[in-house]
Amino acid sequence: MAVAGRLGEIKIPLEKTRFVSQRRLVWENFKRHKIAVIAAILFVIMTVACYAAPLIAPYEFDEINLSAIRQPPSPEHWMGTDDLGRDLFTRILYGGRISITIGIMAALIGTSLGAFMGALSGFYGGHVDNGLMRFTDIAYSIPTLPLLIVLSSFSNAAVPIIVLIIGFLSWMPTARVVRGSALSLKQKEFVESARMIGALDRTIIWKHIMPNIAGPIIVGTTLAVGSAIIIESSLSFLGLGVQPPTPTWGNMLMDAQSTMASKPWLTIFPGLAILFIVLEVNFIGDGLHDALDPTLRNR
Amino acid sequence: MGKYITRRVLQMIPLMIGISLIIFLIIQAAPGGPEGMMLQSGLTIDPAVIEAYRHRLGVDQPIYIQYFRWFSAALSGDLGISYTSTRPVWVMILERLPATLELMAVSFLLAAVIAIPMGIYSALHQYSPFDFTATFFSFLGIAMPVFWFGLILQLVFSVKLGWLPVAGTGTVGSESLSDHIKHLILPSIVLSLHYIAGWSRYMRSSMLGVIRADYIRTAYAKGMVERMVVLNHAVKNALIPVITIMALHMAALFSGAVITETIFAWPGIGRLFIQSMNSRDYPVLMGILMMGSFMVVIFNLFADIVYGWLDPRISYQ
Repeated sequence: MAVAGRLGEIKIPLEKTRFVSQRRLVWENFKRHKIAVIAAILFVIMTVACYAAPLIAPYEFDEINLSAIRQPPSPEHWMGTDDLGRDLFTRILYGGRISITIGIMAALIGTSLGAFMGALSGFYGGHVDNGLMRFTDIAYSIPTLPLLIVLSSFSNAAVPIIVLIIGFLSWMPTARVVRGSALSLKQKEFVESARMIGALDRTIIWKHIMPNIAGPIIVGTTLAVGSAIIIESSLSFLGLGVQPPTPTWGNMLMDAQSTMASKPWLTIFPGLAILFIVLEVNFIGDGLHDALDPTLRNR
Repeated sequence: MGKYITRRVLQMIPLMIGISLIIFLIIQAAPGGPEGMMLQSGLTIDPAVIEAYRHRLGVDQPIYIQYFRWFSAALSGDLGISYTSTRPVWVMILERLPATLELMAVSFLLAAVIAIPMGIYSALHQYSPFDFTATFFSFLGIAMPVFWFGLILQLVFSVKLGWLPVAGTGTVGSESLSDHIKHLILPSIVLSLHYIAGWSRYMRSSMLGVIRADYIRTAYAKGMVERMVVLNHAVKNALIPVITIMALHMAALFSGAVITETIFAWPGIGRLFIQSMNSRDYPVLMGILMMGSFMVVIFNLFADIVYGWLDPRISYQ
């Protein structure tokens, strides 16, 4: 292809220019972050294993075997058994289902709420912005963990309630980020033109503003999964999260605390499960951050 | 600057009113009033006694009157009377405050002393084995569930090796400064872990941004020694955003202290909070939440002022 100009002909080698979709570009960039790819694979394996627990677990999650109590890890019981002879590996798989579900659901609720409030605040500005941002300031100022502790002590600690409490208390960072971007985006020409052809506010927010803030929102959601898993396990550890007999990694640790010295495996394995899943999620978030940020591309 | 601070302090007033309203409403939604503990005891209590008790505490009044009373009393420092110990809440908080502040201050200093040099060294030797190791441990530290880390440290250093005490602030009967410091080591490591991991990352990236700046090249061109350039020009500027984040995190340490104090039986505000929650002592819970929020608001203001003071490019209108 040749373009004629004042300075003569400029040759653009067409066959060497690749036209790829945005999604493809992000994926190719993500693949370059080796640790993030490994983390993503491990995350999928752990999550699938937990959700498929009834199929792959060697025992029933509440199967009591009094002839095999408090056994250290062995070929029959990979991670040992607890005070009632329940297989720890089985319980970790079942516990993971609850912990991972809570993490993902709470992160989705928190970031959707934050994105919604942030978009409203940044797009409409004025009194809406003022009101919502003062409310964000207030929510930011109350120490989160003590507030979570109080709220979950009021409830019956069922899984959906815990999800809602964690979700509703983690929207603030997203709201601030989205508000900032929406504020600057709404003055861009493409939003101006959309408005000129008579697009509704709803359409502008959804079709023109949101896709441009998708990057930070996706990264934020990913990282929020990790922190929600840690929050849930902290609450359960304090005896305020999901109650036994439903196993979660947090309440398994609470049970193990008193017998930590004589049966350390009961403390070590559930904690490692939390550490690994959060580490994986954070590495995935790091990879997505690099892949989705156009200014970091093609380094 | 003076005007800015005055304006910010004035803005704190509606913020604190909003915070107090939210905290009050949340605690109002709690199941079971102050008589909950009396009823839980299983004894049959004359309803008139309960009515008199509720009247004495003022909880038979409409909500807005209760809020108004509580808030105007809180302004003069009176946070009400504990349901369980019948002592003033502010006295109970004040008793526990030194232990918590000690733990927070030691953890804060520990985190700063480790994280800042770590971040500087990582940035100066980017992609070196040290940098990779530091990055790896930072990710590990950020992903670590704090309470589990505490349990593992107790297991290794107290139970297996017997080097350090499991919990408490001192050995009964042989209290001394060195004994107290021994008790302080594990809790402060646990509380500072997240901040060591986080701040060293911030310091690294801030430093990486600075060492490519023109004024650093100028300093080298003038023939300055590397150590002088790094310390006088690079670190000074790279520290500005990190110090702001550290000031913001001071208040966040309070949330972490709740868990750390619970694991290590540290007699501070965090443990008081958990105890009050278990006994449904709502005035104490409200008092601690208000105090925690007030700390956050103050430290945020502090962070903003420090930022403007350190970075002359920031102007306050």
